[in-house]
Amino acid sequence: MDFTLSEEHNMLQRMVRDFSQKEIAPVIKEYDRKQEPIPFALPRMGELGILGLCFPVRYGGQGMDYISLGLACEELEALDTSLRVAMSVHVGLCATTIFQWGTEEQKQKFLIPLAKGEKLGCGAFTEPGCGSDVSAIRASAKRAGDAYILNGEKMWISLASKADYALLTMRTNKDAAKPSQGLSTFIVDLHSPGVTSGDIHGKLGVRAGSTGWINFQDVRVPLENRIGEEGEGFKITMSAFDHGRYTVGSGATGLLRAALEASVKYSQQRTTFGRAISEYQLIQEKIARISQDYEIARLLHLKAGWLQNQGERCTREISFCKKFATEASFKAADDAIQIHGAYGFSDEYDVERYLRNARGAIIYEGSSEIQTLIQAGYALGQREDKPLRCELPAYDVEEWQK
Amino acid sequence: MKIVVCVKQVPDSAAKVVVENGKVTWGDAPLVINPWDEYAVEAALQQKEAHGGTVTAITMGGESAKDALKHALAMGADDAILISDPALSNLDTQATAQVLSAAIQKIGGVELAFFGRQAIDGDAGLVPAQTARLLDWPALTLASTIKVEGDSVRVERAIEEGRQVVTAKLPAVFSLVKDFGEPRYPSFMGIRKASRAVIPAWSLAELSISAPAAVIAWTEITNPPSREVKCDIVTGGSPEEIAEALADKILAEKVL
Ligand SMILES: Cc1cc2nc3c(=O)[nH]c(=O)nc-3n(C[C@H](O)[C@H](O)[C@H](O)COP(=O)(O)OP(=O)(O)OC[C@H]3O[C@@H](n4cnc5c(N)ncnc54)[C@H](O)[C@@H]3O)c2cc1C
Repeated sequence: MDFTLSEEHNMLQRMVRDFSQKEIAPVIKEYDRKQEPIPFALPRMGELGILGLCFPVRYGGQGMDYISLGLACEELEALDTSLRVAMSVHVGLCATTIFQWGTEEQKQKFLIPLAKGEKLGCGAFTEPGCGSDVSAIRASAKRAGDAYILNGEKMWISLASKADYALLTMRTNKDAAKPSQGLSTFIVDLHSPGVTSGDIHGKLGVRAGSTGWINFQDVRVPLENRIGEEGEGFKITMSAFDHGRYTVGSGATGLLRAALEASVKYSQQRTTFGRAISEYQLIQEKIARISQDYEIARLLHLKAGWLQNQGERCTREISFCKKFATEASFKAADDAIQIHGAYGFSDEYDVERYLRNARGAIIYEGSSEIQTLIQAGYALGQREDKPLRCELPAYDVEEWQK
Repeated sequence: MKIVVCVKQVPDSAAKVVVENGKVTWGDAPLVINPWDEYAVEAALQQKEAHGGTVTAITMGGESAKDALKHALAMGADDAILISDPALSNLDTQATAQVLSAAIQKIGGVELAFFGRQAIDGDAGLVPAQTARLLDWPALTLASTIKVEGDSVRVERAIEEGRQVVTAKLPAVFSLVKDFGEPRYPSFMGIRKASRAVIPAWSLAELSISAPAAVIAWTEITNPPSREVKCDIVTGGSPEEIAEALADKILAEKVL
């Protein structure tokens, strides 16, 4: 077993870190306070290839592997969660799902501009009345000749008002034997007539990110925009969540690291009772745990990345990674604030933003409760991965350069 | 057009460099490409984009110095050469220039030889001029813009008093300032190319030179004297009052 990262991985990590340090760090506090996305952030990430880094070159990507995607998410969220959220929905939910389930024509038409960052994608599953329970989706797509007519509302959608395309799941059959069998997935141009969207303000965290709603009123979507077969929507949505959760978990690992670095630095500078607070065991205990959790989270995301490279389904491992890293990152941010004392409570330092940003990830892309159900299901033998009609392709260095 | 850019590996600018028991150390901080040389690579790539040709990055150092070359390759340099020999240690700038000029000659047909204005560790800033002297080429130092026109070049030099425009015949040696724009990030394609590149290592024998001897010896190195820092907090009822008190203090202390 070889735990060393390749030179390529190290260079990629440094490059993404340089980008976020040089271009995002100087402005993040300002935009987080204004509750506005940094206008140049996503265009720059597109230009630099970050928005398509793990796709083959022929699909507009950069030909890197799935581990690289995790490492990039770690670096981005070490700076700010909003950058990683864009990766989760654009790369994870949207582009990777097209890569896995789309036809060659769909990849040509949608994946290439997404991977090149010319178009932005999002993933829209949650509705005002349902989140965790995907099988309860009510927004509908009715077949009308060579098109579908979409009606309904999606809620809490990251990049709702910014994205060009949404990969979304709708109900195509109200009378299916099992509700989950009546769902279908589509890729929808959000500039189509009948689509309206807006932002949600007043969020606890990810304030430099965009989250909103999308409404569909008699939106005509051509037949060729259906991803997979009619009735395959539930399975496709679960694949999308695998991709999204992997980026959420690897990203939260970055937040853990940021909390660790901030805590180490501050604790060595701050003195009380004549000594640096880093010399007190009660402070050391917190720092030790954050560093241990960072190590665990990193191992979990690297393993999930490695399994994806091998072409193995890893819903279970991704669930471990997502749940562990997001919960640990929230705890780490909380401890980091404690270590910073009153200064941690002020937005003069970054750690209060870490805490606000970390919270959401324990809810979205499958809450911790849902992850627990998944994990228990595997452990108790009630859940197994059945082969899918379309599996995520294993990473192949040569193939990816074509 | 054949462009060579000479780069050096140095401790990260964020590293805390100190002297311990007469030896310089930077703890476990990483070694990186000298930041000024990153600008030189950027400028070289811009020249290549404008006129075509190739960019070759060279460095003198141990096996680890390949990382600096790989950074240049990942940014877009076409190839890279490491100059490495057990006899190359404790060199001064003049000896370094002997090695680099021999390498530039061996590469052959070079028209532009680029350097950063100085290395952030030694801070001498002499190697470009000394290399030019040994090659018998014009030395155009502190260049802020470079315009190649046929077999000559027009250079704006950033000097403290303003800008100076100079021209010279090619080939020439240049030391560059920051005005070429922020160095580009390595691209993913570049990263892949760099991580797979097999970088040739040239020994002194391959350069057909004997080990150059330093003419300057380092006899001692010390930390700067530690400064006594006193902190005064200026208070007042309003920002204007505080500013006034601060201004008075600055004048009284003769800071301005
Ligand atoms: C910042 C942010 C960004 C988001 N981005 C997106 C996006 O891009 N796309 C998208 O589709 N959605 C997005 N969401 C929505 C998110 O995925 C949902 O909020 C999440 O799936 C939970 O759904 P819910 O909020 O409806 O909660 P519910 O499903 O109503 O759950 C409420 C509570 O009950 C618990 N619960 C539910 N079922 C069970 C059970 N069986 N056993 C035990 N406990 C249970 C849940 O864990 C939760 O604690 C985002 C949300 C946030 C906050």
